[in-house]
Amino acid sequence: MAWIDAIATDDVDEEDLIRFDHDGKTYCIYRSPNDEFFCTDGLCTHEQVHLEEGLVMDYEIECPKHNAAFDYRTGEALRAPACVNLNTYPVKVEGDRVLIEI
Amino acid sequence: METRDYSMLGESGRLAVETGLATAEWYHTQVPRKEMKALMQRADGPAIRDTIILFAGMMVFAVIGVALWPSLWSLPFWLAYGVLYGSAMDSRWHECSHGTAFKTRKYNDWLYQVASFCMIRNPVTWRWSHARHHTDTVIVGRDPEIAIMRPPVFFKLIANFFGIFDTIDGIKRMLLNASGRLTDEEATWIPEQEQPKAIRVARIWVVIYATTLALALAMGSILPLMVIGLPRLFGAWHHVMTGLLQHGGLADNVIDHRLNSRTVIMNPVSRFIYWNMNYHVEHHMFPMVPYHRLPELHDAIKHDLPAPNTSIADGFREMWPALRRQLRNENYFVKRDLPESAKPYREDFHVAAIAAE
Ligand code: FES
Repeated sequence: MAWIDAIATDDVDEEDLIRFDHDGKTYCIYRSPNDEFFCTDGLCTHEQVHLEEGLVMDYEIECPKHNAAFDYRTGEALRAPACVNLNTYPVKVEGDRVLIEI
Repeated sequence: METRDYSMLGESGRLAVETGLATAEWYHTQVPRKEMKALMQRADGPAIRDTIILFAGMMVFAVIGVALWPSLWSLPFWLAYGVLYGSAMDSRWHECSHGTAFKTRKYNDWLYQVASFCMIRNPVTWRWSHARHHTDTVIVGRDPEIAIMRPPVFFKLIANFFGIFDTIDGIKRMLLNASGRLTDEEATWIPEQEQPKAIRVARIWVVIYATTLALALAMGSILPLMVIGLPRLFGAWHHVMTGLLQHGGLADNVIDHRLNSRTVIMNPVSRFIYWNMNYHVEHHMFPMVPYHRLPELHDAIKHDLPAPNTSIADGFREMWPALRRQLRNENYFVKRDLPESAKPYREDFHVAAIAAE
């Protein structure tokens, strides 16, 4: 596990997400309506569709393919057809950079 | 192309997986993220308004129908009630299964349960089957919701305007599920931990139908069944009419919704009943956009889509002759022209379908 300098805080709007690829793996980094940052795996656990085109509402990310929803703080699957939780990763902000521990 | 095998466990499905047609990456019109985010925003207002109109309409028509029963004067009221029960509930079932009708999740779930009951579609089973319809739209052997199989069986299509086969299937599956079992196909797409839920719902429904039936027997009248159950048959025609237009006569086994789905401009009453699913290409490309924003989505991407059909009749004029041709040549389909502003179809993705044209 190492801290990776992933994005600038301005790269993502509030209540939105951005895709981040690293070392052959793909992630999503979220900025909450309260200006906090979170990170999960990039692919939905239902059928491995990327969540980057999904909709962020409060603390939920909705998958663009079949509308499964996850709590991006905990990764918890909230709505069918996803039943498996998303992996989440620690995040910290240093200055205007967002770092994730992966 | 050899004969199509529509079973979920058959040869065509196996081939689709082998050739990469299943769970493929589909074509999307490019829409800037900001614009798409705005279009995806949820709201409770429009669906609350429409749901109040829907239930108030059902209540009024049913009350008048009962009051005038058994006079023939009750007929128009039953027909109106039937369309709301047997057709408007289809689109409510659909939109709520996507969770896009309301912003508040429990409202979606609540209407979804009511609509599933009216349509006799197990809310658990069909959530997964509809997900598959979106993953593998009109991919033979993968999509469990293909309304018109090739070659088309016209007798079945016409009988379904009265919901006959769908209802028989719904009742058979309800009874099977209530006995604690699932069909083999259901078991392939419902995750194990969800299966008990499908069984529980089926048992509750059996109790409701049994009570209605008992009441009808006790009264010596079909009146209770006119309120619960029979409208699934005599009110189905509108959702079948609009539903056949969604993909009928168009390509199968392609991964571009512009080739296999149809957008039809419709009158406002049909759009209310159908909850804007006449914008069907748009819905399949972007299932996160709620029904009430689909007209805006249509405007945003129409430069990249075939021209919509201008009315239900126009849609049938295009589809029906194509279905008849499929009787002789099941590989035939209508390939609509794209406007000059559109990105061309990726012919290399669709070799089999295009070659068969
Ligand atoms: S792939 Fe995400 S909900 Fe199906």
